Amino acid sequence: MTAEVLLQGIVSGLLMGLVYALIAAGLSLIFGLMEIVNFAHGEFLMLAMFSTYWAWALWRLDPIVSLPLTAAALFLLGVATYLGLIRWIIGAPMLAQIFATFGLAIFLRSAAQALWGVDFQLVKDPLIQGRISLGGLFIGMPQLAASVGALLAFVFLNWFISRTETGLALQATAQDRQAASLMGINTQRMFALGWGIGSACVGVAGALLTIFFYVFPDVGSSFALLAYVTVALGGFGNVPGTLVAGVVVGLIEALGGLLIAPALKYVAVFLVYLLVVLWRPQGLFGRF
Amino acid sequence: MTAGILLDVRGVTKRFGGLTANKDISFHVAPGELVGVIGPNGAGKSTLFDVLTGFQPPDGGSVLLNGQPITRLRPDEISRLGVGRTFQKLKPFNQMTVVENVMVGAFQKTTHPAEARTRALEALEQVGLADKADAHARVLSTGQRKRLEMARALASRPRLLLLDEVTGGVDQRSIPGLVDLVRSLNATGVALVVIEHNMRVIMGISQRVVALHLGEVICDGPPQAVMNDHRVIEAYLGRAYAS
Amino acid sequence: MPRGTKLAAGLVALVLLLAFPVIFTLPYPRDVMIRIFLYAMLATAWNVLAGYCGQISLGHAVFFGTGAYTSTILVKTLGLTPWAGMLAGAVLAVGLSQVIGYPVFRLRGHYFAIATIAVGEIVQTLMINWDWAGGARGLFIPIDRTGSLLAFQFRDKQIYYYIALALLLLALWITRRIERSRTGYYFRAIREDQDAAASLGIPVARYKQRAMALSAGLTALGGTFYAQYILFIDPESVMPLSLSILICLVAVLGGVGTLWGPLVGAAILVPLGEATRIYLGGTGKAIDLLIYGFLIMVISVIQPGGIMALAQRGRRRTG
Repeated sequence: MTAEVLLQGIVSGLLMGLVYALIAAGLSLIFGLMEIVNFAHGEFLMLAMFSTYWAWALWRLDPIVSLPLTAAALFLLGVATYLGLIRWIIGAPMLAQIFATFGLAIFLRSAAQALWGVDFQLVKDPLIQGRISLGGLFIGMPQLAASVGALLAFVFLNWFISRTETGLALQATAQDRQAASLMGINTQRMFALGWGIGSACVGVAGALLTIFFYVFPDVGSSFALLAYVTVALGGFGNVPGTLVAGVVVGLIEALGGLLIAPALKYVAVFLVYLLVVLWRPQGLFGRF
Repeated sequence: MTAGILLDVRGVTKRFGGLTANKDISFHVAPGELVGVIGPNGAGKSTLFDVLTGFQPPDGGSVLLNGQPITRLRPDEISRLGVGRTFQKLKPFNQMTVVENVMVGAFQKTTHPAEARTRALEALEQVGLADKADAHARVLSTGQRKRLEMARALASRPRLLLLDEVTGGVDQRSIPGLVDLVRSLNATGVALVVIEHNMRVIMGISQRVVALHLGEVICDGPPQAVMNDHRVIEAYLGRAYAS
Repeated sequence: MPRGTKLAAGLVALVLLLAFPVIFTLPYPRDVMIRIFLYAMLATAWNVLAGYCGQISLGHAVFFGTGAYTSTILVKTLGLTPWAGMLAGAVLAVGLSQVIGYPVFRLRGHYFAIATIAVGEIVQTLMINWDWAGGARGLFIPIDRTGSLLAFQFRDKQIYYYIALALLLLALWITRRIERSRTGYYFRAIREDQDAAASLGIPVARYKQRAMALSAGLTALGGTFYAQYILFIDPESVMPLSLSILICLVAVLGGVGTLWGPLVGAAILVPLGEATRIYLGGTGKAIDLLIYGFLIMVISVIQPGGIMALAQRGRRRTG
């Protein structure tokens, strides 16, 4: 375990962490609006990845090129999910809320399996490839691009919710639904928009990941769990908080894998989740 | 000094970040006494109840029940020592029937379902909900839910009952009935601390009134005295009216 | 339905169930029934914690695996009869459940559900990497040719059938006893409103742990049964998230919080799984999950109370 290997791990953890942050941001946004955890978030990511892959396999569209399309497609998926499923379970008992999105997750995962089989797919020869060397450390271009892209998307998201009128309306709805609607904000529209934007975040993350990650029906589940941990760490509903939280999770995953054992890196992450929600249920930055 | 005091609240302070919800609150309740707690919104009344019943730990001060400190006990421990409460935001057990709701309270004093049911029906009789025993809790009106919550707390045979908002959200015609109910509960020997916004109700039932404002006790005494206290008037209506 | 009729109907059903393996002697129908009983039993056990007490655990396979691994390891290392191993597995599962519950029950709702997923994943990962206990390759239960009852291995599925039925009846009986007792009322109060429950003197954490213990112990019994029935276990078959989900699905479809819901759910989902497997072959595995997922979404939206609740509504209208 040289300092170099450690440093390499830290850098790679940091980069992946930014992607986790983007995925988690979408989840956090949705939860902040209506206190519903989207248990199908991982499957949304999987669909985004498959959509990117097929755009490449069928039409030779590089992931970076098809990214806007994927984001748009996921936006529509999010809105459709809200209108078709979620809107009926707002205010329903906890069981119904958990199982509605859980059922969706199972449905989407099985559909992917039925349609595309269980094989691992990979985009070959993307526009962004190779690696660069920074002071002895090697950083893969795809990983770098993914994290830079994720960071940009994250910054854009934050700008949107804090500086635009629609974004502020979203925040208002999240903080006090009744007051917001009394001020003329259409709650239903905000909810649908929240689901759309939250899913679009996953769309962007998925497109970026597909540059270098294997695509298969189960790929969503491990990302999903990391996303839950990130959201919990940053504070459910706290979108800016997910940035730091994502990086922390990425670091723990990388360092846990290095220092303990690769197979047990998730154990480290999950233990952190348990520690956080017990010691500080509101997360590092959340308001409770 | 502690003889004859059921509830002794000593210097209770509770902060939430920068906000001091309760500041050095002290008062006491004698066995069987009916004390009203008034104060404008945000005065810290419900927070005080949460501290008294163990839902929030205080940042300072202590609470004694019959001379015994109960300050940091859990809510269920405090309940078993003889303190019952209702909640401002009502909490009926929605998927259970009315009598089942009350049986949950009755089970504190017995382990047999049949006996619990008998006690539950008695409590429902007391609050005037006996005819709704087998209805589902979720079909009740607000006034009926308030009675249900009272019956549920009563079934656990408390010596002290804390009522958070008796008439809030209840239609005008139901108020006298609720007031009579509270008085009749008091008549059975249960001490009551009642948070209430309706001045006429408080004046009518309280033997003593504690007035809170911005987290502090500003007056404590017989209803008439408190209502005419200039600090109380100032708190509610502003300085112009105080003198 | 008047009580006398209910009793008579119950007895008839019981006699039919007991006679089933005598009438149907082929292994396949017996196997289907055994799996219905097993899933119904696991779902009934889960129901105690999630349906009645409202604590939605999505990692229950952990206890199933604990039962399976405990009895199997004891057989392989000590030659201990699986019956004793079954008991040991249940005890271990209860202990594990208390350790898990202590931190995790401080959470509520979604947070709790996610935590249970996390615990399930952690334990499964640990088992995959624990080579002494078989690791990812799993463990084979040593074949016993003596035919003795103590060995808990039978060539004829008929005995397995009766054992599975007995386990199911045990779980149902325990659930019924709880339902009508103070414990049952306390469980439901905790489910409905934890704070109100506490204000009425219920030591909430203690009762949650009790529900957890019961649920875990029963689930572990099922794990040992599975090990002795299939004679091979590995983390993928006895501890995966998918099994945890399947257990929930069965209960939710049939009706959480009701006595018969889990059995109804199993009676529908197991044959449904079989049907899709037969008619759709290889992709059948994905198709039946597809249907499950869809059903669960529909149930969540239309009638969270599951089929039992739908039946109640229908009865009330015609009643």
